[in-house]
Amino acid sequence: MATVKLSNVKKAFGSVEIIKGVDLDIHDNEFVVFVGPSGCGKSTLLRLIAGLEDISSGELTIDGKRMNDTPPAERGIAMVFQSYALYPHMSVYENMAFGLKLAKIDRKVIDEKVREAARILQLEHLLQRKPKELSGGQRQRVAIGRSIVRDPKVFLFDEPLSNLDAALRVQMRIEIAKLHSDLDATMIYVTHDQVEAMTLADKIVVLQAGIVEQVGSPLELYYHPQNKFVAGFIGSPKMNFVPVEVSAADAGGVTVTLPGGDNLKVPVEAAGVEPGQKLTLGVRPEHMSETGEGDAAIPVQCVVVERLGGDTYGYVHTEGVELMTVQTDGTSRMKPGDNLRVGIRGITCHLFGADDQALPLLERNDLADIGKSGILSGAPGPAPAVH
Amino acid sequence: MKIAGRYVTGGQVAGQFLLLFLVVIWTLPTVGLLISSLRDKDQLIASGWWSALSSTEITNQGRTGTADDQVETAGGYEIAGNLLPEDSPAEIGFWSDNINDITAYEAGQSAPVDDTGAMTVNADGSYSWVSPEPFTLERGERVFYQAFVPPIFTLDNYREVLASEGIGRAFINTATVAIPATIIPILIAAFCAYAFTWMSFPGRNWLFAIVVGLLVVPLQMSLIPLLRLYNDVGATFGVEAKSYLGIWLAHTGFGLPLAIYLLRNYIGSLPRDLIESAKVDGATHFHIFTRLVMPLSVPALASFAIFQFLWVWNDLLVALVFLSKREDQIVLTSQLRELLGSRGDNWEILTSGAFISMIVPLLVFFALQRYFVRGLTAGSVKG
Repeated sequence: MATVKLSNVKKAFGSVEIIKGVDLDIHDNEFVVFVGPSGCGKSTLLRLIAGLEDISSGELTIDGKRMNDTPPAERGIAMVFQSYALYPHMSVYENMAFGLKLAKIDRKVIDEKVREAARILQLEHLLQRKPKELSGGQRQRVAIGRSIVRDPKVFLFDEPLSNLDAALRVQMRIEIAKLHSDLDATMIYVTHDQVEAMTLADKIVVLQAGIVEQVGSPLELYYHPQNKFVAGFIGSPKMNFVPVEVSAADAGGVTVTLPGGDNLKVPVEAAGVEPGQKLTLGVRPEHMSETGEGDAAIPVQCVVVERLGGDTYGYVHTEGVELMTVQTDGTSRMKPGDNLRVGIRGITCHLFGADDQALPLLERNDLADIGKSGILSGAPGPAPAVH
Repeated sequence: MKIAGRYVTGGQVAGQFLLLFLVVIWTLPTVGLLISSLRDKDQLIASGWWSALSSTEITNQGRTGTADDQVETAGGYEIAGNLLPEDSPAEIGFWSDNINDITAYEAGQSAPVDDTGAMTVNADGSYSWVSPEPFTLERGERVFYQAFVPPIFTLDNYREVLASEGIGRAFINTATVAIPATIIPILIAAFCAYAFTWMSFPGRNWLFAIVVGLLVVPLQMSLIPLLRLYNDVGATFGVEAKSYLGIWLAHTGFGLPLAIYLLRNYIGSLPRDLIESAKVDGATHFHIFTRLVMPLSVPALASFAIFQFLWVWNDLLVALVFLSKREDQIVLTSQLRELLGSRGDNWEILTSGAFISMIVPLLVFFALQRYFVRGLTAGSVKG
């Protein structure tokens, strides 16, 4: 059993509060990803869990035991650093055996554990090399191997793929995912890359400026973002935000006036919404239709077109919005200067109030409950923790 | 123009020649000293080391045999012998019985000496003085000659200096001073530098500022107070004031500020992740220090070791204050100084003694030179 629980954890460096009160519940064998822009405190939170920084206030428990004052080596954690932190003067074998040697474990047991970890990560032929003789991906695997050998309750990853090139990153991502299912361990992973978050996580924790914006499964965050920040952060390309005015609000949803005059009914809770109110409409590029299909359409002018072969991204301009992204098929004939009408459907849109909070959707999207295994898990994610 | 396949400019070539010129000028004195120390002592006085490879011209005198040595021969009486000392490699070029005109006669030529008979002096120094009348000399006649000695190179100077002039013993004494005086500061400073970098304790920054400030304290200022302190402490413990322990402590004290400063800079440049990873692995500060930081700090340790060793080896002042001139305590620098006074004219002793004193620092430097610059600049630039 390896559960991690943070209760109102705060961290201040001097007078600057970096973590402003975080509550988190991580279940056994979960792969949790902390994601957020630079400076949001995700690495700090990880280091608090690791024990490399002291918690200013609040409680951290691992497996039900309070760990605030326990040194890192006794918390049952292992950490993989962004820069791998391999000991340059030791061979791969010695790197992996270091922690065990310090714990004065029997040499035969050490040998077994190191070779087992090397087998899992396909490092057997590299055991005698020094780190400087390894490639980036191999070094990364040695760093992971070093943490596997410790047999920890919780694995902590601090942006481990940032130093790799794009192709290697994709490959290592898949390996880490496989590792999670092989080892059956709790993993906490920090990244600024939302693609890594979406593909690896059982649960994503979105952080901004030291507070948790939303916690949920990847698809939960995709289909039911609770505020504008999460909506804009999750999903690539970024969601489009259009300033709109409310024209009507009833039990069926809120009707808003789009740029260009069309009205669109979005099925959200209308409580407290008055006609004439200014809201923000959010619609993802992949939910916009180049041909104008949908419940309503917005007249736009195309500015830039990016063709990736399989997809085409059109950057368009409309009244009130500098630039929107429209995702279409690779066969699109869109070109800069075109005037088109982009169609959107109310069911795929979101509305955000002046406080940037999302108006709750009337109906829950079933797709949001699909977990990593592809099976409908049934229950939605845990209650959001917003301070 | 192309040299070895690469284009070089005239300026680059000139630059290389200038560099070569500077290198030659720089090593010239050392080379001269080495050559001088290997020459025969008579030749050393007669000519400079730059003419070491050509024959030296010496003038000297020899005495003939007396009347008792004469032998009766067919034509008269003969005194024969050799003007040169036995085993001399010299070859006589000219000779004369008149000190004012030494080159009067050539070797092999016959001439009267002391207005009596005819003497022939050969190149190898043998002479034959014949006279029809018996010789009545009571004392040998002086014959002056100018000889040429081929260059002689010998290790005799070194042998003499090491065995009888006390240099050998002084060498050992200096090593006894220098080696601990290098090792002890390094050990202390390494622990210190680690604590300053990776351990937080109250007053850490102030303490480090004081240590750096101590860098500018002049050695001469603290020598005498330190010696008086030693005397007092020594009297309490019944230990003699002037001892090896005293000079080790003195050199340690003078060397520590620089050592701590250099090592702290280097250790501070080690990646933080490495230390944290070791902490997560369960390493205590001591483990991190011995298994991680020390092996990675070898360049800085080596560069400081060179500095300190050279400084202590060549030091005279601290040795004069903290050690006596007894045979078991005198250091090389001090011994050479003594030699200068008592044997100042014996250049062969001075040059070989000086070279013995130089050889160790030269060896240390050549052996460890790749650490020298690397250790000094490590940590000053990221990467």
